[in-house]
Amino acid sequence: MARFCSLSVLSPGFLSTVQDLGRFHCAHWGISPAGAADPVALRLGNSLLGNAPGATAVEMTLIGGMFRFEADLSIALAGSDFGPTLDDTAIPTWQTLFVRSGQVLRCGPTRSGARCYLCVDGGISVPPVLSSSSTHVLNSLGGIGGRPLVVGDVLACSPHHILPYADPLAVREPALYSLYHSNVIRVTPGVQGDLFSPDTWELFSSSSYVVKEESNRMGLRLSGHSLGYRTTKEMTTEGASLGAVQVPPDGQPIVLFVEHPTTGGYPKIASVISADTHRLGQCRPRDTISFQLVTHEEAFFLLSRQERLLAPDQCLRSTL
Amino acid sequence: MHSTESLFPRIQQASDHSFVVFLGEGISRLHHRNVVRLFRLLQLQPNRATRNLHPAFSSLLVSFDPLLTHPNDFRTYLHELVERADSVEISPPRVVEVPVCYDRSLGQDLEFVAHHNGLTVEDVVRYHCSVEYLVYFIGFSPGFPYLGELPDKLHSPRLPSPRLSVPAGSVAIGGGQTGIYSVPSPGGWRIIGRTPMKLFNLDRDPPSVLEMGDLVRFKPITLAEYQKR
Repeated sequence: MARFCSLSVLSPGFLSTVQDLGRFHCAHWGISPAGAADPVALRLGNSLLGNAPGATAVEMTLIGGMFRFEADLSIALAGSDFGPTLDDTAIPTWQTLFVRSGQVLRCGPTRSGARCYLCVDGGISVPPVLSSSSTHVLNSLGGIGGRPLVVGDVLACSPHHILPYADPLAVREPALYSLYHSNVIRVTPGVQGDLFSPDTWELFSSSSYVVKEESNRMGLRLSGHSLGYRTTKEMTTEGASLGAVQVPPDGQPIVLFVEHPTTGGYPKIASVISADTHRLGQCRPRDTISFQLVTHEEAFFLLSRQERLLAPDQCLRSTL
Repeated sequence: MHSTESLFPRIQQASDHSFVVFLGEGISRLHHRNVVRLFRLLQLQPNRATRNLHPAFSSLLVSFDPLLTHPNDFRTYLHELVERADSVEISPPRVVEVPVCYDRSLGQDLEFVAHHNGLTVEDVVRYHCSVEYLVYFIGFSPGFPYLGELPDKLHSPRLPSPRLSVPAGSVAIGGGQTGIYSVPSPGGWRIIGRTPMKLFNLDRDPPSVLEMGDLVRFKPITLAEYQKR
C-alpha cells in the first residue's frame, strides 16, 4: 500500500542529483548511461530498505545536503561518511533508519570517500526520461529537470511501509571492507593496449596516479607518469564505454566514467574491471590510485564473487 | 561477411563488459555500410544482456551485462551475427535538409576557416553547402552527427583547447570532418554557423532527428530568416 510522501531540499550541498542504475540502449543516439557513480552503494542502500536494486536515490558528492522529511519514512544512507545528523543527533551510515515528519537530515563534508546515497523506502519518484530516472548532468538530461538539486526542490516518494521496519538491517563490516578498502584498480588490456610498449605497461601498473580536481562524472583525470605511445596515424573514432583508460597526447590517463562520451578518438591502454568501477565513484580529488593488470577470466571471477557477496543474506545483518 | 582483407571482420574484447567488432580500417562508405548492416541485425536480434550499441566509422562497440550472459557466450552470439550481417538489407537513405545561418555572429570561426584556406567567407559557405554529407554515426554527445566528406578546401585544425560550452545547433568543422552540436556541450571544433533546427528532442521518438545512414544537405539562410524560426 503506497502513500504519497515528500522530502524538501533545504540545501543541496556540493553536487546532489537523483540517480538510478543508469539509462541504457541510448548510446547510438550519443547518450551515455549516467546513473550512480557508486552503484554498489546505491544497491546496498536499496537492499537495506527492501527496495528494487535500482530504486532512485539522491547521490551526494563531497559535501552533502540538508533535507527535511515531510512524512514518517524509512531511509538509509549508503556510501561514505558525510557525518550525518538527524535533528542534530548523529546517525549511522549503512543502516535502516526511521525518520519522522519534520525531522531534518544534515550531511556535511565527507570524512572518507566522494559519495553517499540517500535512499528512501520505495525510492524517489521521478518521471523517467528514456526509461530511466538518472540525471545526466553534462547533457542536462533526466532526473529533476536535467540538473543538480537546488534549494526548494521537493522530491516525491511512495513508501511501502508506514511503521518502522520490523527487522532493521545494517551492512556487515567485513562486506564493506571487502568492497571498499583497496585503492588498487584492476584492469584488463584495452583495445589499443598493443600501442604501448612493455616498458610503458610496467610504468602504468607500478606507479601511483593522483585524481585531479577536474575529475567529474564524465571522467577521472589522473596525473602521474606520462604514458607515451607511437602512432603512425590518428586513431579512427570508435565506441567508448565505462572504465576505459584513454591516453591523450599529453600522456596523462583519463578513466572514462558514467557520463562518458559515447565515442572517442584517443588510444585506450586498459579498461577497469566491472567489479572495481564502483570504487572510482568514491575517488576524491587528490586521492591516489594504482592499477593492476588481470586477465578476462579473473575479471569475470571477481565480478561473480562480488555479486554473491551483494546477496542480502551475505552482506546484511539484523540490528536488533 | 566476406572481405578481401582477411583481417576483417574482427571481434576484440574491449573490456570485461564489452566487445568491439572491427569491420575495416579507416573511414570509407564501404565500411560504413557494413557497420549499418551489423547494427540493424543487432537491433533485430538482440541478446538479453546487451546494454548499448556504439556504432562508429568502421567499428561497432557492444556493451553487455556479463552476469546475464557469460562473455564467451556473448562473443559467440556476436560472431554468429557478424557472419550473417551481409544479408541485411539497407534501406535507401533519407535526405535531410538542414538550414544554416552562416552569419559571423553565429559562426565565430567562419573567418578563421576562410583565412586558413585562402578563401572568402562566401566561398566557405558555398563549398560547405555543395556536398551531400553522409551521417556516419551519432556519437560524442546527444544527437551529434559525424558527417563526411568535408571538401578538402575547408579542412581546418581544431581549437588548441575546447570551448567550455558551444550553443546547440552550432555547425562545426574539425580537421577533415564536419558536424553539428545538437545540444550545448564543450567543443573543440571550428564553428561556422548555426541551425535553428532542433536536432535532439526528448519529446520525439527517436530523440535524434538525424540517424546513421542519412544524407544531409546544408541550406544557407539569412540572419532574418534564422531569427524568425
